[in-house]
Amino acid sequence: MPTNELAGNETTAAKAATGIAWTGGADGAHTGTSVSLRSLTRAFGATRALDEMSLDIAPGELVALLGPSGCGKTTALRIVAGFEFADSGEVLIDGRDVSAVPASKRDMGMVFQSYSLFPNMNALDNVAFGLRMRKVGGMDRRKRAAELLDMVGLAPQAGQYPHQLSGGQQQRVALARALAIEPRVLLLDEPLSALDAKVRLQLREQIRTLQQRLGTTTLFVTHDQEEALSMADRVGVMRAGRLEQVADPAELYSRPATAFVAEFVGTMNRLPAELGAQPINGASSVTVLGTTVPAQPGGPDSGPVDALIRPENLTVKAAAGGNGIVTNRTFLGAVTRVAVRLSGDTEVSVDVASTLALEMAPGTAVEVGLPATPVLVAPRAS
Amino acid sequence: MAALTKDPGTATAPPPSAAGTRRRSFPAWRWVILLLAGIYFLLPLYAALRFAGFKAFGSVFTTQGFGSALWLSVRLAAVTWLITMVLMVPTTIYVHLRLPGVRRLLETITILPIVIPPVVLIIGVLQVMPLALRSTVWMLALEYVVLAMPFAYRALDAGLRAIDVKTLTEASGSLGAGWLTTMWRVLLPNLRTAVLSATILIVALVLGEFTMASLDLQQTFPVWIVLFDQENAQISVAASIFALLVTWLFLMLITVVATRQSRRTGGGEVTLFTVAPRETIGN
Repeated sequence: MPTNELAGNETTAAKAATGIAWTGGADGAHTGTSVSLRSLTRAFGATRALDEMSLDIAPGELVALLGPSGCGKTTALRIVAGFEFADSGEVLIDGRDVSAVPASKRDMGMVFQSYSLFPNMNALDNVAFGLRMRKVGGMDRRKRAAELLDMVGLAPQAGQYPHQLSGGQQQRVALARALAIEPRVLLLDEPLSALDAKVRLQLREQIRTLQQRLGTTTLFVTHDQEEALSMADRVGVMRAGRLEQVADPAELYSRPATAFVAEFVGTMNRLPAELGAQPINGASSVTVLGTTVPAQPGGPDSGPVDALIRPENLTVKAAAGGNGIVTNRTFLGAVTRVAVRLSGDTEVSVDVASTLALEMAPGTAVEVGLPATPVLVAPRAS
Repeated sequence: MAALTKDPGTATAPPPSAAGTRRRSFPAWRWVILLLAGIYFLLPLYAALRFAGFKAFGSVFTTQGFGSALWLSVRLAAVTWLITMVLMVPTTIYVHLRLPGVRRLLETITILPIVIPPVVLIIGVLQVMPLALRSTVWMLALEYVVLAMPFAYRALDAGLRAIDVKTLTEASGSLGAGWLTTMWRVLLPNLRTAVLSATILIVALVLGEFTMASLDLQQTFPVWIVLFDQENAQISVAASIFALLVTWLFLMLITVVATRQSRRTGGGEVTLFTVAPRETIGN
C-alpha cells in the first residue's frame, strides 16, 4: 500500500485543527474533561481482569495503559466506554459517576483495534454518523464531516467506501468519526496494531498532534511500549489487573518502580548481585560486578538478588583478561549493542558508541563495569 | 438453482492470451460431464415443452383457478418471508452478539424441519393448532415459516460471520445510536446479501411446496397444478413450465441486484447458502 500516504498531511491537519472553532476544545486543556477510575474490579470467572484499579486522568491529558495481553488494560477501557461493567468501583467523568449511563449516552469517541467503519457507508457518511445520531441537520452535518476528514488529510477520499481505503486510511476515518461528535473523552483501543510499521509511526504522530490541538482527554491502550512512551503524557504499566506504576515516560524509563516495569519497558539486564552490610548515604548498598553501589529504595532487604541495569548504563572496554567475552554485536546507528557473556554464564547487553565497538569483534575479551549510580534491585529470578 | 451460484473466478474475464490457453487446456472429460449434466437437467424440460405444445401456453392464463392459485402462493411467500425475517434477523444477531455458545444448539434445532418429514410435521400441527387458525390459509404461512427456518438461519448466520458484528455494534453505540438504529442503519444494510439469499430460498420453497398445502386443503399453485393435471395435462405442464420460468427470472433478478449492491460496498457474492467474506484489506 502507499508508503507515503501521510506525507504532507501535517500542514493540512494543522490548518484544519485551528480552523474548527466549533469543537470548543481547540483552546486547550482547561476546557477538557477529567476522568477518574476508582477501585475498579472486574472478574471473568476465576480470573481477575481488574483488581482494585484506580487512575486519574487530568483534563486534556493523554494517558496510555501499557501491559502484556491479558493484563486488564482493554477491560479498563471498555468499562470507561460503557461496553463492560465493573463488579465494583466507579468511573467518574468530571466528577460524576457514569456507571449507570449506557455507552450511547456517554459521549465518548472510540477508535477500535479492528477496522470498525460501517462498510455500507462511504467515508463522509461514516464520519457524519455520530452527528446524525445527534440530530444535526443534513447540510451542517456534511460540512462538519468534511472538515474532520480534511483534518485527518482524507478530504479527497470522502466518497470512497471502507473497502476502497487502505488500513491506515480506515483508521484515520475512524479517528475523524470519533472526533466528529466532540467527545468528552477519546478512547483508543490499540488503533495502530493492525497497521504496518511505517504507517503506524506516521499515524502515531498525527493522533498525538490532533489530540494536543483539540485538548481532548484521551485514554490509550497499547501493548507497544514505544507507542506508549512516544505518545503519552503519562503511562500506566499494568500487570494482572493492577497498575504497577503511573508516571511520565522519562521517569518510567529511568526510575521504574518495580522489576516488572523495569523489564517490560525498554531493555534491561539482570546481573547477580549481593546486598551489602554497610549502607551508603543511608541507602542499602549492593555489590555488582565487583563494584559496590547504592541500591534504589523499595527493593528487598535480604535474600538472593539481581541488579537491573539498562544497556546504556553499563560500560565496556576491550581488556585482555577482562570479566567477559563478546558473543555478538548489533549495529544500531550511532550506538552498537554488544552482547557479552560474563563468567557464570550471565549474558548482558551493553550499548557503546559505534566507533568504540569496532575493536569488539565476537570473541574479544572485555571488561564490563558500571558507574557508581543507584541501581534497581529485585529478588533473583529463579 | 445451480445456475444461481456464481463462481467469482469466471465472473472476471481473463486477459485474451490467458483465455486462449485456457480454452485449449479445457479437457475433454469436462465437456462430457457438462453434456451429461445438460442432458439430465434439460431433457425433462424439453420433453415437457414437447408434451404441452405451444398452444397450451396461450390458454394457461385464462384457465380457471390458475390466477387465484398463483396469487395465493405469492401472498403466502410474502407473509412467510415477513414473519421469518421478523423472527430470525433479531434472533441470529442476538445469538451472535450475546450468546455465541448457543450457536451450535441453534444450528441443530434449525435443521429439524429438514430432518422431520413434512407429513409428520403437518399432522402434529393439525393436532395442536387452534381451530380458528386451522380454517384459514395463514396457518399454512406459519407452517412455511417453520420449513423456511433452516434456510433463513443458515443464510443469515453466514452473513453475520462475514462482518464484525460486535465491533460494528459497539462503534455504532459509542456514536450515540440505540439498538433499533444500529440494527436498521448499520447491521441490516450489511446483511442485505444474506437477507436476499434467504429471500431466494424462501420464495423457491413456498412456490414449490406441495405436501403441507395439499394436506391443509389449500389450493396453492403446486396443488392446483397437480389437481388440474387430471383435467388437462397439457395445460398443467405448461403452467409448471411457466412457474419455473417466472421463479427463475425472479431469482436471477434478486441475484443480479444483490451482487451489484455488494460489489459497490465490497460485500460478498450472493450465493444460496454462504456469503463469501469480504476480502481482507491490507494496509
